[in-house]
Amino acid sequence: MALIDATDLSRTFVVRRKDAGRRSLRRRREEVHAVHGVTFSVEPGEMVGYIGPNGAGKSTTIKMLTGILVPTGGRLTVAGVEPSRHRTELARRIGVVFGQRTTLWWDLPLRDSFELLQKIYAIEPARYRENLDAFVTLLELGDLLDTPVRQLSLGQRMRGDITAALLHDPEVLYLDEPTIGLDVVSKGRLREFLRTLNAERGTTLLLTTHDLQDIEALCDRVIVIDHGTLAYDGTLAGLHGRGGSMRTLVVDLVDEAPAISVPGASVRRVEGPRQWLSFPADASAAPVVAAVAASYAVADLSIQEPDIEDVIRELYSRS
Amino acid sequence: MADASVVRAAPRQYAWIALMWIRAALAYPASFWTLTVAGAIITGLDFVGIAIMFTTIDTLGDFGLREIALLYGATGVALGLADMAIGSVEQIGHHVRTGSLDTMLTRPVPLLVQVCADRFALRRLGRISQSAVVLAWAAVPIDWTPARVAVTLMMLVAGLGIFFAFFVAFSCIQFWTADASELANAFTYGGNTMTQYPLTVFPREVVLSLTFLLPVAFVNWYPSLYVLGREDPFGMPSWFAFLSPAVALALLALAALAWRTGVRHYTSTGS
Ligand SMILES: Nc1ncnc2c1ncn2[C@@H]1O[C@H](COP(=O)(O)OP(=O)(O)OP(=O)(O)O)[C@@H](O)[C@H]1O
Ligand SMILES: [Mg+2]
Repeated sequence: MALIDATDLSRTFVVRRKDAGRRSLRRRREEVHAVHGVTFSVEPGEMVGYIGPNGAGKSTTIKMLTGILVPTGGRLTVAGVEPSRHRTELARRIGVVFGQRTTLWWDLPLRDSFELLQKIYAIEPARYRENLDAFVTLLELGDLLDTPVRQLSLGQRMRGDITAALLHDPEVLYLDEPTIGLDVVSKGRLREFLRTLNAERGTTLLLTTHDLQDIEALCDRVIVIDHGTLAYDGTLAGLHGRGGSMRTLVVDLVDEAPAISVPGASVRRVEGPRQWLSFPADASAAPVVAAVAASYAVADLSIQEPDIEDVIRELYSRS
Repeated sequence: MADASVVRAAPRQYAWIALMWIRAALAYPASFWTLTVAGAIITGLDFVGIAIMFTTIDTLGDFGLREIALLYGATGVALGLADMAIGSVEQIGHHVRTGSLDTMLTRPVPLLVQVCADRFALRRLGRISQSAVVLAWAAVPIDWTPARVAVTLMMLVAGLGIFFAFFVAFSCIQFWTADASELANAFTYGGNTMTQYPLTVFPREVVLSLTFLLPVAFVNWYPSLYVLGREDPFGMPSWFAFLSPAVALALLALAALAWRTGVRHYTSTGS
């Protein structure tokens, strides 16, 4: 059975906005369809990237998956139960990390937070020790255990938060922008950690992010959501195809020349002797390269693979 | 939802969280004791004020200083205990704004337990012990019978329950408007301040409101009249003295309903 099963999932917020007119003090009631008829399911052990532009409905979806928010439409089950109705029971089986804020107790040292979590989640002492040791080693938290959370840097705090979310061996870990604000090295370590977690413990991961490298490094599957509706659900490779993505041939000519004209490719940009030609990602580069080399004096050539960001931007703008 | 196992686990979970905060507070003993003693002195000043008045008057609203001390002590102990046990529930608006409510909602402990135990402040014992001292002083001249002892205990427990319900119910407003904690304060502490005095200093309408609308009169007034062996100055039935537990239970039920509605209504924040 699927671990997460969302059918036609929707969440509408009612907000009151001031009327545009300056004279009126009345507030207008307005509905925001944050998530609108989203259907997807996730099997145990999957690593799913849940992406979309700002305000797409990612965080709202995560809040429904965790039971924080009650859906206003559709059906949702996680591990066989409705999250908002069985929130406290489900809590033992899931882990949540919010990149934007800590789930730890601000004024307490990490160690105290962890010990309290052990009691709250009724984690067996032996299991707790084992997990704590493992995560402290993997995430290099050893020196930080006695530091109050408010004194930790963003990256250190994030590692603490991730440990806190995993001590009770959750079946699924939701991460809402876990890499936000981290430097390149920390991001890399975190991705490595999450990959290990999934491989060794089989933990299901669902993460939102604006850093597509997170997705490329971690997720076989991406779900793209835009304006609350599902725009894509499939493999990362499939997303390239969907976007009608293009590869780019960068040509350095010996001398400046007018735009190159060869069959199967078109010039995107010209800058002195350098020109950028784009051609379909699924076509072979060889004929294009041959045609260019046959008619122009070429100093250098290179091929750029399609950029996932471009693909997604394309997808967003079409939906 | 609220099945037996959840209810049974709640006190234990509450204790874990509270103990953690106590330990954290005791890590800085100097600051802890300063705050505790300061709390006792500041609330003690209320009563010193009343006592000073009594250097020029003999009775206030037909009540002597010892009798007022009973009213003062009873409401003080009840409010103090409620405030220590669950006063943190007032912070709900803060939790909504900062998103920590979302975090609490992802933990396997009932939200009310987490919110109430959060930042448990043992230092409030300072205030409670100050009120308890006044209460003990008031108790000296009373002609104690088993019934009066029982009513006194009932008064303290029911008073705790009533303030408990007020704290929770008024804090629920913050699920709708996250910055209404001042309002919650006004009702609960205002109710407490009024009950520090014999209600005979107020007009009849106020006494009726404090009986039927915001029934803080059941915290100390009616049971105290019984303990002091006095007729009700407003002609209320004498059995009102025994009504406090029922009032407390009814208010607690209303508070629970408000709480559930509030949590259900909670819409988190946009970030
Ligand atoms: N508690 C709320 N009350 C009212 N509107 C909300 C609330 N939470 C979210 N929204 C609205 O719902 C929409 C989706 O918000 P959501 O936070 O899910 O977006 P997101 O995909 O997480 O965006 P981001 O990438 O910026 O984090 C937005 O238009 C937002 O304004
Ligand atoms: Mg978000």
